[in-house]
Amino acid sequence: MKPQAKWREDFPIHWEEDEYVTRREFTRFLGLTSLALFLGTVWIALWERLRRSAPGPARRIARLEELAVGEVKSFRYPTADDPCLLIRISPERFAAYSQLCTHLACPVVYEKEKKRLRCPCHEGYFAAEDGRVLAGPPKRPLPRIDLSIEGSDIWIQGAL
Amino acid sequence: MEMEFFIDPSRCIGCQACVHACTECDSHRGQSMVHLDFIDRSASPQTAPVVCMHCEDPACARVCPADAIKVTAEGVVQSALTERCIGCSNCVLACPFGVPKYMIAADQMMKCDLCYDRTSVGKKPMCASVCPSEALFYGAREEVLKRRQEKPVSDFVFGRQVVKTKVSLMVSPEARHLELDVASFIRSPQLGLLPSGEKEGMRGLGAQE
Repeated sequence: MKPQAKWREDFPIHWEEDEYVTRREFTRFLGLTSLALFLGTVWIALWERLRRSAPGPARRIARLEELAVGEVKSFRYPTADDPCLLIRISPERFAAYSQLCTHLACPVVYEKEKKRLRCPCHEGYFAAEDGRVLAGPPKRPLPRIDLSIEGSDIWIQGAL
Repeated sequence: MEMEFFIDPSRCIGCQACVHACTECDSHRGQSMVHLDFIDRSASPQTAPVVCMHCEDPACARVCPADAIKVTAEGVVQSALTERCIGCSNCVLACPFGVPKYMIAADQMMKCDLCYDRTSVGKKPMCASVCPSEALFYGAREEVLKRRQEKPVSDFVFGRQVVKTKVSLMVSPEARHLELDVASFIRSPQLGLLPSGEKEGMRGLGAQE
């Protein structure tokens, strides 16, 4: 065949050279892509729920005298990939939270004067008493870890 | 064995079987893609069936501004893609054989696609399967050469342009060349189509000199 002009190559008359997408193919692509995204979301949600609901082992994480009021101890629970913070809010009150901000998983830091946790990435704030969102982009409270005090030891009771 | 389409207008008896067989097709029910033309209706009952010749380099596809006419790997020129055809009739004007027709109701060009749904799976096109006189014949070239006196031609000369087609036309065995010079045939005096005064002008036009 004779050499063709550029615009002719862009609009080939031969069936196999043409990038022809039928309406049905396009609709199928859209449908299957949406389905894949939906199933992926469902899978992530289920996986996260299963992971959360499986109680981790009870563990002693600190002794009462380790922390002065306003001090923080970091630990990892339930796996080594899950950083958490143990905070002594007042002489009687302890609280433990996941350190990952619920917005984009930056580590939060404790501000003892205002008794809140601050995420430096996007200025998200969480209350130290119960982990609820005070300000900023996060929508969900910080996951709280149940604690129990037995004698002079602080124990984690399982579920995150 | 490769199957080919052969048209022999001299065998056409004008029975319209091809037209009605074509009309049966579900993809264009009620519309025939075969045109049964009268050669000279006032003087003769002779008719000639016109189906798409399926050119190697189809003018209809070349002129389509919407990129709607496609050629398959087998060399079958398809009818316009319905999503793309804008009904501009460029192909209708460009086709040297007068095959594409603009259908007003559908705002689409529709033309013969050699019953691609049938021929691609080894069946005959509808028209050829019903033609009682084999004016439309679909089969092996050897069979045609064995059974017919005429010889198949698939090179058509229009002025300086040679159009090669997939479908063959059966012509007189005395034809010296395997080419049918349509332009000079139209100009030939024995055809008597042109009044004497217009012959010179037409010759100049056709020769493009």
